[in-house]
Amino acid sequence: MSAVLVFVDRPATGLGKPTRELLTLARRAGEPVVALAGEASTDIVAALGSYGVSRVLNSAQPELSEYLVAPKADFIARAAELADARAVLIENSTEGKEIAARAGIALKAGVITDAIAVAADLTATKSVLAGSYTSTCRVRTPVAIISVKANSIEPAEAETPTEPAVEAVTVDFGPASLAVRIVDRQDKPVSTRPDLSEARIVVAGGRGVNGDFTPVEELADVLGAAVGASRAATDAGWIEHSAQIGQTGKTVSPQLYISAGISGAIQQKAGMQTSAVIVAVNKDAESPVFEIADFGVVGDLFKVLPQAAEEIRRRRNS
Amino acid sequence: METTALNIVVLIKHVPDTQFDRHLSGPDNTLDRSESILSELDEYALEAALQLVESSGSAAGEARVTAVTMGPAQAVTAVRKALQIGATDGVHLSDDALAGSDAAATSLALATLVRHLGPVDLVLTGMSSTDGETSLVPAQLAARLELPQLTFASTLELFDVDGVRKVTGRRDGDAYSYQLEAILPAVVSVTDQINSPRYPNFKGIMAAKKKTVTTLSLADLGLNPSDVGRSGSWTDVVEAQPRPVRAAGTIITDDGDAGIQLVDFLAAQNLL
Repeated sequence: MSAVLVFVDRPATGLGKPTRELLTLARRAGEPVVALAGEASTDIVAALGSYGVSRVLNSAQPELSEYLVAPKADFIARAAELADARAVLIENSTEGKEIAARAGIALKAGVITDAIAVAADLTATKSVLAGSYTSTCRVRTPVAIISVKANSIEPAEAETPTEPAVEAVTVDFGPASLAVRIVDRQDKPVSTRPDLSEARIVVAGGRGVNGDFTPVEELADVLGAAVGASRAATDAGWIEHSAQIGQTGKTVSPQLYISAGISGAIQQKAGMQTSAVIVAVNKDAESPVFEIADFGVVGDLFKVLPQAAEEIRRRRNS
Repeated sequence: METTALNIVVLIKHVPDTQFDRHLSGPDNTLDRSESILSELDEYALEAALQLVESSGSAAGEARVTAVTMGPAQAVTAVRKALQIGATDGVHLSDDALAGSDAAATSLALATLVRHLGPVDLVLTGMSSTDGETSLVPAQLAARLELPQLTFASTLELFDVDGVRKVTGRRDGDAYSYQLEAILPAVVSVTDQINSPRYPNFKGIMAAKKKTVTTLSLADLGLNPSDVGRSGSWTDVVEAQPRPVRAAGTIITDDGDAGIQLVDFLAAQNLL
């Protein structure tokens, strides 16, 4: 069986859900091999083993974190060659897609981004043109590189855990890969809420919150949801830019999307219209969001959202 | 501080207007490009280029901001728009053999084109196209040109250290914020947070009429047609289906208990 390489980037504590999804996909498409950047701790290696990983190619070279993107792509290209991989799977983050892009050039491999499903034969499904089409893509090259969105598959451990062999890899980075240095790094505070791209439920606010995200956050917390926003709200500085959903922000596809005070113009729709269920609350009955909502409330979000949050608490306590 | 005037290439794309419905068609599931405009996200790259020139102290008429596109004949419209906004000249790579290029083929054509144009200080791009939306091309272009890749910049500045010209920019991710630094020449992509793009004014529109757009073909670049377009692409779109139109749902007007009805709906959908 040919190897399917999964890139795992410096896991701090345990394997994240997106990584566990990639490992599950890799096991279904071939023999899962991991390119691990950072320290190969006993815990991480054991966790990889529980997903059936046979082999871990590891580099803890400092260049991987001192420079932007390029050294990671070089590492993956080297690992893919060593493993003779037919495919590389990688997280669909901004950085993941760029790593995929460069590894593609290095390996002369076709790159497919934003996959929402990957079949065992490496056919990938993606949502294109802001969610208005679904396309099926394949690479025409011996190696496929696919960046996969979160929530593409339910992570499943292997029936029989493995004890992966860990092999150190030393990558010979070229000067062009060590050209963009990270001269300052600020980690953002870790939110207690779920990650926007991975969340099962998203509650998002827009212009209608008028600077006050409290009702959006309250409902999000009672539902265990992530908080999102329209571009109008992030541009106004009411919430951090990383919360933006839409064409130039994140594309989310949760089980439930609750839109509050967002008109739902095309820029916003682009980021959320593939959600399974859409609920909208807006004062303006003419808002385009009501055209795509499964349940809509024409009303004041400052009344409707707190009432809904209170009702959910009441039902849970009764 | 200036040694020589800045020479910037801005890559722009003529894309279907995102305000309207867009369609995939034909045996290769390609995009209908009849109603197209200069990609909104490329306006930020052009604005960044113009601001860098304005703040560099380059003498008027010396610095160059070349708007470069590849695409069918009508894509020249995007170049014309860029000239009206303030680019000094334009280049249009147009060849039927380019049709259907994926990111690998596009980055090959653009890398060859950039080399053909001669030494530049910066290649600036938007954060993504608004049609393909993959953000692959800037990274692949940098890899092919073996130039530094400073991408998704939300701030951008040039500075000089002992006669070496450098670029620095902020990159904000979900978990981090980086300050990045590279020596020129570099490939830089900018986000929609970096500036507020200017509109063309009357003077700009009149001045654009006198600016030059050079049209190039693959032969001019010495590129083999089979290395680009559909035949040079490394990926295939096997199938494309329009997403079913979302059926209209239940819309209620709040009479005082809409929050409770909302929860009833969520409960009925097993979402609580």
